[in-house]
Amino acid sequence: MNLLQIIYLIASLTFIIGIKMLGKPESARRGNLIAAFGMTIAIFGTIFLYEGVKTSNYGWIFGGLLVGTVIGTLMAKKVKMTGMPQMVSFFNGMGGACAGIISLVEFNHILQQGDFLAAPKVKLAIIFLGLVIGSISFAGSMIAYGKLVEKIKDKVLPLQQLVNIGLLLLILGIAAAATVGYISTPNVLFLILALSLLYGVLFVMPIGGADMPVVISLLNSFTGVAAAMGGFLYDNKVMLFGGILVGSAGTLLTVVMCKAMNRSLTNVLIGNFGGGKKDAGEGKAITGSIKEISKADAAVLMKYSKKVVIVPGYGLAVAQAQHICHELEQVLEDEGVEVKYAIHPVAGRMPGHMNVLLAESNVSYDKLIEMDDINPEFKTTDVVLIVGANDVVNPAAKNDPNSPIYGMPILDVEDAAHTIVMKRSMKAGYAGIENELFFSPKNSMLFGDAKKTLTELVSELKSL
Amino acid sequence: MNTIIDFIAEEHNLLMIYLVILMIFVGIELIEKVPSVLHTPLMSGANAIHGVVIIGAIIIMGEAENMYATILGFIAVVLGTLNVVGGFVVTDRMLEMFKKKKK
Repeated sequence: MNLLQIIYLIASLTFIIGIKMLGKPESARRGNLIAAFGMTIAIFGTIFLYEGVKTSNYGWIFGGLLVGTVIGTLMAKKVKMTGMPQMVSFFNGMGGACAGIISLVEFNHILQQGDFLAAPKVKLAIIFLGLVIGSISFAGSMIAYGKLVEKIKDKVLPLQQLVNIGLLLLILGIAAAATVGYISTPNVLFLILALSLLYGVLFVMPIGGADMPVVISLLNSFTGVAAAMGGFLYDNKVMLFGGILVGSAGTLLTVVMCKAMNRSLTNVLIGNFGGGKKDAGEGKAITGSIKEISKADAAVLMKYSKKVVIVPGYGLAVAQAQHICHELEQVLEDEGVEVKYAIHPVAGRMPGHMNVLLAESNVSYDKLIEMDDINPEFKTTDVVLIVGANDVVNPAAKNDPNSPIYGMPILDVEDAAHTIVMKRSMKAGYAGIENELFFSPKNSMLFGDAKKTLTELVSELKSL
Repeated sequence: MNTIIDFIAEEHNLLMIYLVILMIFVGIELIEKVPSVLHTPLMSGANAIHGVVIIGAIIIMGEAENMYATILGFIAVVLGTLNVVGGFVVTDRMLEMFKKKKK
């Protein structure tokens, strides 16, 4: 038993060191491996050294580990880089479900010893909380997963926010009543389970697909807290340590992500950004006309430029156009054009997602320039090619105080000599507002799917 | 009310509570100055670490004496393992990209 405590201590340390190292690009990969090592010794330490783990159940344990490892590895290896966010969401949901099941079984243990009302109140409260948080995390993550693979559409019920808050209060009320003994039927556990799952669904349902990263990050910290409940239950330091660590780090990460988008967490959760919120200033009406450019003209324009900056966005990730984008970059470079990428902190589906995507298609790391470094360069840029990005290049963020995105840091693409916006349609970005950049005399629109249009651009360039 | 105060004042529980408070600050401290480029891998790494809930799954599985606990315990072990293994492997794949390009 003492050896196990030392193993847990080492594992806890690897978690802290691992997260610390994950925060720096040069040490990140090692940090991940160190944490994985800590997890491995904690798992095997528990199997062989934990008092109460019966050798007769080894078969089940190793069987479960084997099944989970094979499926988990296959899924994680097979998923495309663009699919990473939903994969993280899926695995997060699994952790939440695991925490919920632990509560179900522990409650059953209590029942076997007699009336659950006789059990220590604190233990009951922890079991209920673990079940509530774990189930919300599981159901929420599955909905987030469904939204990211575009199987589930955003749905807002009438009075959704009131219903959600009411439901949450009801769940907590029932759990509290059962803990102090006002409810005596053991079936209350299943009622709490069902309501928590329902809450998880309703909680994520109205939130827009583009906000999923923030939601996943939040649910991630929920699962951390659910794991910590297990730590209390078993007086297990490593579960408590890892759980709380992720709970707090995950919460802060959620806030940092919101900040990068210049939004508050409440704003994301209540979800009335863009849609519905008509009275709170829609930004000034934009008058003027847009002009389209043909692929051939766009190709000529870029070919005879000195410097082209590509602004990749959500649309590029959705169309999985990162490889063809890299090809375009190479074709232009062969013509002697200087090509760079301007990366907005929230470009793509998650902060940093764009870097991962472009790195996957072998775009050199030093070509990916962060917002603050690229902004002064736009003045000397001939053509900015905006692929599936919208709000991050909307000048209203700087010059229209009534705009909902006013104050968000943006890429100063309007400083460049020309801008070409590649978009599927004139539809507004996820902030739901018009972009005056599109109406600028220096701007041309190139409509179509990012991947298809880029492919045609590349062949135009090659034939010139 | 007295139950709660007694619970908190008990020395061992008090230690646990101190631990929780300190861990919250450590977690905040660790994330504070991370470049936005690393947010996704970091989230994914943290996701793998809360897979530590697998320890609880192993305990219920290991202690299982009836059908109910055995079945649920087995499912919990599988799901927990998915969280741990999938989480670490996905994070590693993301970070592999960064490394290759850094040279």
